Amino acid sequence: MRSRGLFAYVALALGLVFLYVPIVSMIVFSFNYSRLVTVWDAAHSPTLKWYGALAHNGQILAAAWLSIRIALIAATVAVVLGTLAGTALARFGAYRGRLLLAGMSTAPIVMPEVITGLSLLLLFVSLQQLIGWPKGVGAVTITLAHITFCMAYVTIVVQSRLAGFDESLEEAAMDLGARPFKVFWRITLPLILPAVASGWLLAFTLSWDDLVITQFVAGPGSSTLPMVIFSKVRFGVTPDVNALATILVLLVASGIAISTVWMRRREQRRARDERLAAAANL
Amino acid sequence: MRLSQAAGRRLVAGIPTAWLLLLFLVPFLIVFRISFSEVRLAIPPYTPLITWHHGSPGLELHWSAYRFLLTDSLYVSSYLYSLKVAAVSTLCCLLIGYPMAYAIARSSPSTRSVLLMLIVLPFWTSFLLRVYAWIGLLNNNGVINNVLLYLGVIHHPLALMQTDFAVYIGIVYSYLPFMILPLYANLEKHDPALLEAAADLGARPLRAFLRITLPQSYAGILAGSLLVFIPAVGEYVIPTLLGRTDQLMIGRVLSDEFFENRDWPLASAVAILILLLLLVPILLFQRVQGRELEASK
Repeated sequence: MRSRGLFAYVALALGLVFLYVPIVSMIVFSFNYSRLVTVWDAAHSPTLKWYGALAHNGQILAAAWLSIRIALIAATVAVVLGTLAGTALARFGAYRGRLLLAGMSTAPIVMPEVITGLSLLLLFVSLQQLIGWPKGVGAVTITLAHITFCMAYVTIVVQSRLAGFDESLEEAAMDLGARPFKVFWRITLPLILPAVASGWLLAFTLSWDDLVITQFVAGPGSSTLPMVIFSKVRFGVTPDVNALATILVLLVASGIAISTVWMRRREQRRARDERLAAAANL
Repeated sequence: MRLSQAAGRRLVAGIPTAWLLLLFLVPFLIVFRISFSEVRLAIPPYTPLITWHHGSPGLELHWSAYRFLLTDSLYVSSYLYSLKVAAVSTLCCLLIGYPMAYAIARSSPSTRSVLLMLIVLPFWTSFLLRVYAWIGLLNNNGVINNVLLYLGVIHHPLALMQTDFAVYIGIVYSYLPFMILPLYANLEKHDPALLEAAADLGARPLRAFLRITLPQSYAGILAGSLLVFIPAVGEYVIPTLLGRTDQLMIGRVLSDEFFENRDWPLASAVAILILLLLLVPILLFQRVQGRELEASK
């Protein structure tokens, strides 16, 4: 028993090292002076010169801004659609068409991205031939594609959260005469809000990060940040990408830390309220 | 009141279903149809999907894309190579991820949430940049070679980049959380009393693991393996940045046919054949996933 436990913990420690060494090395070398990214120039390092170069790189800044706008819209629409789908799958029983929706909600998660990207582009091209819309590919088609693959993740997060607690609260509200929409707004939504929030974050990250699908449905003049990074790193390492990566890692890490604290606070407040309510009933 | 409730439900279920029908299912039908046309110099670059003869529509099916795919050894070897890379990577993920998930499931609840966050955190940072980070490590003048040279383990830099090894590292590194999380969700539910009972009855730890823990975790192994294997078959970024140039994976072939050769019918046929290969794993994944969501009730 002991030895196996030990083996598992050693494996865990090594695994975590494996997960973090590349990220740490990227951060370290972002402060390296030398253009030869991985040869440490002890005489001039550490330096912030690549961060300075980044601030003046109009191409990267424009791409980042486009990516943020697309991710904001895609995540928001995907959360609405995914919450609808998750609610239907978890609450409507075995209605006709459930199997279809369930299948189309899980398939995008494992579908190889090249296939999703190709199929979406061919759809947009066909639509343009048929009805003259969308006019060419660009930010609009990228956003539509991102909504589609992001909503699958939101659906699963919301569905499993809804499956996690029973329907008695909603039924009680119905018995007291609340209309379905009001029940959803006042009872269901507050209960699944943590799932909806993490679904939004997940969708935002996936959209912000996507390269392969985006490449298919992007046009000239609509280069997202991953597309710019990919075209830079395809031919080797470049120091300013290390600086960019460092900034992104720090942003994500602090974002996750903040949202974790926020959710924990919220759960604690709810637990306290419940205790107070229970005490008041005594 | 009843009527409006039914209408409301239809709306709630109908909107996402309609969205996915238009942007997920119909696109596949279009890919399927275009895989049966021929390439031509026009915009869009394929023969029309429906031909009109004296006012009546007709379907012209061309098999040339498929014939080309199945006779040219380049494509066949790309398919086989992709399956091999995905299978080896999935196995490595399992061998590394299982003990990690096991250790997390056995640790105290407060440590557990920290460990889970450490596993998930890299997943939230850019996938592309994490793959890119390995270029800096694996390059001829990269970190790994520099360290080994400095330590005197080697005297000439090892050729690590543009090898199968680099692709395995990249895939295992990127997909490891997808293996660990379903395994953890499964292992966490196991009852430790069973192992204690086995120990009381005299079973050695290894035997208890093989006879109790492992069989109980098959569902987690299956879910994790499918989550790694299916996307890995069509992987594009990792082999493009780290992989061999003499042997392409099928996702790259599809992308090249589309972007470089502008042969849309051939790219579509490649996609359809990937889907055929992955049909069984994808259906399996949907069943596992569906059962998992039912079980959490």
